[in-house]
Amino acid sequence: MTALRRVAITGLGAVAPGGIGVKEYWELLTAGRSATRTISFFDPSPFRSQVAAECDFDPVSAGLTPQEIRRLDRAAQFAVVSTREALADSGLLVDRLDPGRIGTSIGSAVGCTTSLEREYVVVSDGGRKWHVDHEYAVPELYRHFVPNTMAAEVAWVAEAEGPAAVVSTGCTSGLDALGHAVELIREGSADVMVAGATEAPISPITSACFDAIHATTPHNDEPERACRPFDRTRGGLVLGEGAAIMVLEEWESARKRGAHIYAEIAGFAARCNAYHMTGLKPDGREMAEAIDAALHEARLSPQSIGYINAHGSGTKMNDRHETGAFKRSLGAHAHDVPISSVKSMIGHSLGAIGSLEIVACALAIEHGVLPPTANLHTPDPELDLDYIPLTAREQQADVVLSVGSGFGGFQSAMLLTRPGARS
Amino acid sequence: MTAAVVTGLGVAAPNGLGTQAFWKATLAGQSALAPLTRFDPAPYPSVLAGEIKTFVAEEHISSRLMPQTDHMTRLALAAADWAIDDAGADLRHLPEYGMGVVTAASGGAVEFGQRELENLWSRGKEYVSAYQSFAWFYAVNTGQISIRHKMRGPSGVLLTEQAGGIDAIGHARRHIRKGTPLVLSGGVDSALCPWGWVPQLTTARMSTVADPDRAYLPFSADASGYVVGEGGAVVVLEDAVSARERGAPHIYGEVAGYAATLDPAPAAGRPPGLRRAAENAIADAGLTPQDIDVVFADAAGVPELDQAEAAAVTGLFGRRAVPVTAPKTMTGRLLAGGAALDVATALLALREGVIPPTVNVRTPAPAYGLDLVVDQPRDSNLRSALVLARGFGGFNAALVLRRCDH
Repeated sequence: MTALRRVAITGLGAVAPGGIGVKEYWELLTAGRSATRTISFFDPSPFRSQVAAECDFDPVSAGLTPQEIRRLDRAAQFAVVSTREALADSGLLVDRLDPGRIGTSIGSAVGCTTSLEREYVVVSDGGRKWHVDHEYAVPELYRHFVPNTMAAEVAWVAEAEGPAAVVSTGCTSGLDALGHAVELIREGSADVMVAGATEAPISPITSACFDAIHATTPHNDEPERACRPFDRTRGGLVLGEGAAIMVLEEWESARKRGAHIYAEIAGFAARCNAYHMTGLKPDGREMAEAIDAALHEARLSPQSIGYINAHGSGTKMNDRHETGAFKRSLGAHAHDVPISSVKSMIGHSLGAIGSLEIVACALAIEHGVLPPTANLHTPDPELDLDYIPLTAREQQADVVLSVGSGFGGFQSAMLLTRPGARS
Repeated sequence: MTAAVVTGLGVAAPNGLGTQAFWKATLAGQSALAPLTRFDPAPYPSVLAGEIKTFVAEEHISSRLMPQTDHMTRLALAAADWAIDDAGADLRHLPEYGMGVVTAASGGAVEFGQRELENLWSRGKEYVSAYQSFAWFYAVNTGQISIRHKMRGPSGVLLTEQAGGIDAIGHARRHIRKGTPLVLSGGVDSALCPWGWVPQLTTARMSTVADPDRAYLPFSADASGYVVGEGGAVVVLEDAVSARERGAPHIYGEVAGYAATLDPAPAAGRPPGLRRAAENAIADAGLTPQDIDVVFADAAGVPELDQAEAAAVTGLFGRRAVPVTAPKTMTGRLLAGGAALDVATALLALREGVIPPTVNVRTPAPAYGLDLVVDQPRDSNLRSALVLARGFGGFNAALVLRRCDH
């Protein structure tokens, strides 16, 4: 039996609401500033929820070429830009590696939905034609129809020819894509994985389907205060968008080349609640099972956890569910662990958010600063844990847990450890 | 390391609903390719499809679930039921976290999605279904199957277009190896509505020939593209030890080797990755190319893609050195369901000792150097099969299946 291969995070890239790039993203989070605003991409007035966390993303100044801009959906553009940032940050010289040993794993819940809806409106002539008109179809349409093409685009940037896939497990896609990448490195299918997630879901069809089930918040009057996880006045989630791509490397080879290691991905597990496509039980049983399994895989104790990056979507159902899960898995220690939700600031970017949250966790470890939960002014008396209200906290965490929960019943948990925190 | 074996098959194919009907039709060379009936294809240049015409959803899906599900998901739920029945797996005896679901998807539940897009844009947002948020998305089949069978273990959804069925099964094997005793896997797909059809037309890979017997002719000199179908397969994958301990009625074969690669960027000037995927999968199985008794080809039916696949096969095995077949000439290409159905077909071939034929291709182009099994099934003592698949965007996947002798 060979020694277990470990996985290091050696490069970070992000496109997030409030700023393009990892530096801007971290500044937003540590300032406790919210990037949610009234939707500007389309007229939101017909919708119950009219707020979202939009990215001020200009593809030209982000360095994309005219052909890339034409070919790529907004989500794929985010992914490509983030990939370039992550590769540069890692210092990895991909042209010196065997391309077959570099893999790609990209999470996305709804793929290229923005482009698909835009093109649907044209080929259906505004919804008038069931027999949509192929003569108006753009050549890129199939690339948008099958979003696995986004993984290929990322791979091309990284000159990667190893295993590649889009992982699409709803709102846990961003954690599950990273978990998939970790598995590929551990089993030896790849030495380097370019992994993360992307989403650009802010479009009328997404707003309509979340409106229909009252999942999104009606707090339209104070857009920057729209997302209020763990707050008694919460009204639902706020849609977001963005991408986070990371360079993951086999630990020993990363050390040998002298790479800067942000953190180790020490454990990951995913479970299904097999309960309901959108509903959650308050006991958090299956999320707790995922946390327990991730701890087991990482050979860490619940008491070692120093920070929890919560799912914190801003719904009452979620707040109870995950608070229940943390208590189930961590026992009394749950009361001692600082918890926060960055969705209070960057909204819920569906499949991308899990990876954006892992970037936040890696930086929390790096800087010894825990991002806060914005808009948490009136704590819910039924929630009795430490949810870091309003301002970032300077506190070193050696072991960080991040969790996600999504439509389809998916529950995922990932553990990061500070390099050097364990031998 | 524990072996992952297939103990149950659930097949929903255009030329046969259920494993028996499908296998009988496949050996008889019965093709389901025909003019589309699900919608009027007259406005479009491609008019043929492999449709499943005998599926009555209400026989399998509760009235509560009907409005929440697309046709694709109903087929997937039925195929999952059949696979579990076939495996004889009494799920009450398995731990709830010891069962998982991994499916492949391509474009999601597109017919459901088209209806709701139309509701939104022609009538207004109040008319969008409350189920739209989860009924159309790529994860829907895994979510619904896990709920139906109370499978709470490690699961997943992978998107690699036509290669997805293999990637899902390869991923399910990872879960088995890490200690999950049973994983349902595969892919079932359908995009037979105008909004599913038009994006596919833009690839210029769909045949525009209107004669069902002449439209999809992979490896033929007059190949003109492929025909699209619907359906796929769900397989029950189990840890070999626990399958034998519980007395599983069938062990169709072992998932012995798996690998995936991606082609380089179009301008990179490097070779495509299909051959590398096949080599890696064969090595992963601990075999050499000489051990492979049959290849189930991706068989795109697009000349340059056929050429590339033939070069990969002959490069690895030699010219005319291994039988190659494409029973998908009877079903069309099934998006995320296609490679999963090929895996089921290959497992049946291993068990029965017969290679099902490629239909309608009278004479494969000699330049390709393939021993293509055409027209009639070929009896053969099969021990190992290689299944190849390619997904749009340069995705390659290969799976090695090995017969299990009792």
